[in-house]
Amino acid sequence: MKQMLSIKWTALLLGSLLLGGCATQTKNYDYSAFRESRPASILVLPPLNNTPDINATYSMLSQVTLPLAESGYYVLPVTLVDEAFKQNGMTTPADIHELPIKKLREIFGADAALYINVKQYGTSYAVISSETRVTAEGQLIDLRSGRTLWQGAATASSAEGNNNSGGGLIGLLVKAVVSQIVDTLNNRGHAIAGVTSTRLLAAGRPNGILYGPRSPMYLKDGSPTLQ
Amino acid sequence: MSISENTLRLCAIALFSSALLSGCATHQQQPLYYWGDYQATVYGHFKGEKGPEEQILDLEKTLEKARAQGRAVPPGFKAHLAMLYGQVGRSDRLIENLEAEKQQFPESTTFMDFLLKKFNPS
Repeated sequence: MKQMLSIKWTALLLGSLLLGGCATQTKNYDYSAFRESRPASILVLPPLNNTPDINATYSMLSQVTLPLAESGYYVLPVTLVDEAFKQNGMTTPADIHELPIKKLREIFGADAALYINVKQYGTSYAVISSETRVTAEGQLIDLRSGRTLWQGAATASSAEGNNNSGGGLIGLLVKAVVSQIVDTLNNRGHAIAGVTSTRLLAAGRPNGILYGPRSPMYLKDGSPTLQ
Repeated sequence: MSISENTLRLCAIALFSSALLSGCATHQQQPLYYWGDYQATVYGHFKGEKGPEEQILDLEKTLEKARAQGRAVPPGFKAHLAMLYGQVGRSDRLIENLEAEKQQFPESTTFMDFLLKKFNPS
């Protein structure tokens, strides 16, 4: 009798713990500016590259449209935007990031602009294992008011969930060096950058951007959907 | 008898919990857009590894697959296709695709009109 009671309470406790885990996200970020602005369209500027890998800017830029569009925003075509800047003599992200927002609003007509800074991109050899990591920060600025709507950062690594199984030390070292060379050649950074981009820019994450007008979750941030 | 009653209750709790869990596990049933290899094509474009003709072939194929499934292509897809057509001298298809982007996404109007004016200064 006692045993059965405790099983029942354990099940109830477990159930409520699991539920609590996926209930409404506690947002610490102050979204008041975001909620007032409610941008429908986002202009993503070519990301700043603060890494030794020249691929970082376009690797990131080519993967931002998906998380933003799926979160319900119109994303201006990144290739045409880049081309428009180039044709006006703006070739570096640093120059582009300095442009007055009034000009950006005038030409592109977007409600908000996303300024991204890639801080880490690439494979590093760290004694026993090598790791490919991409880290980026983002800032969403309203092009109509100049207000900052959101800022955030995200990182992703090939080493996540890696259980370094046994094997001799020499074996591990060789494996690390080989995988670093292979990863760099294959531009594994690009695949990892895709994960970073999604973590940075997909709505519905803690302290992430809010859903946009084209999403079925628009205005329902923080509430679970029951399908 | 009391054993099976408790077991039933446990089962009910488990089922209820998992139903609620699955309800808040996913936010969306399916993606809003059909992506195909659009982003890979864009990256190939930026790196200069894929020329316009090759990209046009890829994207038109993706567009057909999307249409066959009744799915929409993402923001920027048709605009990028327009630019590619411009690069191979097909200004008719360029204009057609810019207009299509504008129609699918009215949010793009300012930028699309800006581009259309450059190619169609009438």
